[in-house]
Amino acid sequence: MFAHDFVRNAYLAGTFIALACGTVGWFVVLRAQVFAGDALSHVAFVGAIAAAVVGLDEVVGIFALTLALAAGMAALGGRARADDVVIGIVFSWILGLGLLLITLLATSASGGSGIATANTLFGSIFSLGGAQARLAAVVGLLSAGVVIAGFRPLLFSTLDPEVASVRGIPVRALGAGFLLLIALVTAESTQAIGALLLLGLLAAPAGAAHRLTSRPYHGIALSALLAVGAMWGGLALSYAIPSIPAGTAVIGLSAGAYAVALLASRRRPAARAA
Amino acid sequence: MSNPTLSFDLLRDVREVLQFPFMVNALEAATIVAVLAAVVGWYMVLRRQSFAGHTLSMMAFPGATGAALAGLPAALGYYLACGAAALAMSATGQSGRRRFATESAAIGTVQATGLALGFLFLSLNSAVLGGMETFLFGNILAVTRGQVLVLLIVALVALSLVAVIARPLLFASVDPEVARARGVPVALLDVGFLLLLGLAVAATSQITGVLLVFTLLVAPPAAAQLITAQPVAGLVLSVAFALAIAWLGLGVAYFSIYPASFFITMFAFGLYVAVRCARWALARHRVA
Repeated sequence: MFAHDFVRNAYLAGTFIALACGTVGWFVVLRAQVFAGDALSHVAFVGAIAAAVVGLDEVVGIFALTLALAAGMAALGGRARADDVVIGIVFSWILGLGLLLITLLATSASGGSGIATANTLFGSIFSLGGAQARLAAVVGLLSAGVVIAGFRPLLFSTLDPEVASVRGIPVRALGAGFLLLIALVTAESTQAIGALLLLGLLAAPAGAAHRLTSRPYHGIALSALLAVGAMWGGLALSYAIPSIPAGTAVIGLSAGAYAVALLASRRRPAARAA
Repeated sequence: MSNPTLSFDLLRDVREVLQFPFMVNALEAATIVAVLAAVVGWYMVLRRQSFAGHTLSMMAFPGATGAALAGLPAALGYYLACGAAALAMSATGQSGRRRFATESAAIGTVQATGLALGFLFLSLNSAVLGGMETFLFGNILAVTRGQVLVLLIVALVALSLVAVIARPLLFASVDPEVARARGVPVALLDVGFLLLLGLAVAATSQITGVLLVFTLLVAPPAAAQLITAQPVAGLVLSVAFALAIAWLGLGVAYFSIYPASFFITMFAFGLYVAVRCARWALARHRVA
């Protein structure tokens, strides 16, 4: 199956996107920011529509809007983490604006936006071009690299923000930077996995890793490993059985890993208490 | 239909709106949805379960596509999928100190799994994707008489359930440890409330669309809770806000070319921002 260009592109982009989602996701779960990641990924959809209305490339719109929302959340949630109510309200407001944009698009353009919408929502990893795949790989690798490089201060400021700030770690700046990093990963992954599904790759492998081990280095490595594994397996599955979309296969395997981890950690109550 | 225009006579405008059966249906549906969402949403905001509420609302997608694949009515699919997701979330949730961090991962996983299934159903069905946007954002003006009736029954059932468990649920939401010590079945209430939220969300999302359920579920209760912490006053205020937003949104949409959901979202956001600003100004005023 690797004889096909589109499969090689999908594996190239998928591997590094999964790597980024696995490592970033481990912190997203630890910091209980899954809802923020969810909001960012859905907003990416609005970004794509906005770009279509203005006539820009959809990638520009996706990046611009997710990064702007992340900056906004960082500014609003200054003292503590952004409140889930605030996330919910801002997020539904932006979706409402998206609805307006869709109406504008439907009245102006040819109206054949249905397929494009579905692609933004669910991704189309098998239709990535070579340049897109390489860009995804670079962004993914870069994001994972940033997380690994900032691992210790980020972990410290997540687990004990008060002590960390006393020790001179810029807790607030790190929090804002991390939100921007989530936005970056989200925006890049949206094109491959889709605005609705990529949350699974962010939450499920990381959630499984958190269930299985509470040791940080093991956890983040396991999370990355599970994400990449789910991606590889999912792509192969979808290639073998074409009626299963790639997004469904990848998310299905991630969720399966989470379910197994859940059962395993239930059977070992001692590990949970530790 | 001639182009509707606003006159300065408000009564005449209202009468003009009400002469169309589809507008009457839409207003009735919006009223029921607003009351239901405002009451259930008040508890949701209190319990900080917005993410769970959002996830339940997304379950309308596998519900609708699954029902289409199986040849069942879409509404049934909504209720089944929301119920299943509510149970899945309660099964993966854990009590104790580490609850919060891992819980959000569980909710996210449930959501992504549901959406992935929905996508699978959609592609198996090879249905037209054109209806996607209506489905995501709803079309309240297309509500039928029968839908309004079903909605009314579901809302009455849900609201009576809330009335029955109102006090213990409040206790369990505010202070679960003490409530458990006092013999309140906290775990049972947790599951029960998620199911109730699923019921409300399934009923609501058919009207407002999957993505905008949130507007009526979060914004009016959140604004009400900024104003008062008192339960009864808060619930009344929340319902009043939701009704005002829904009616205004529909009314304005009638005189405009843009969809009602858009206006409802904008008004909801405006309300929350206004209340927050007012609170902030008041606090400054008191300090000064």
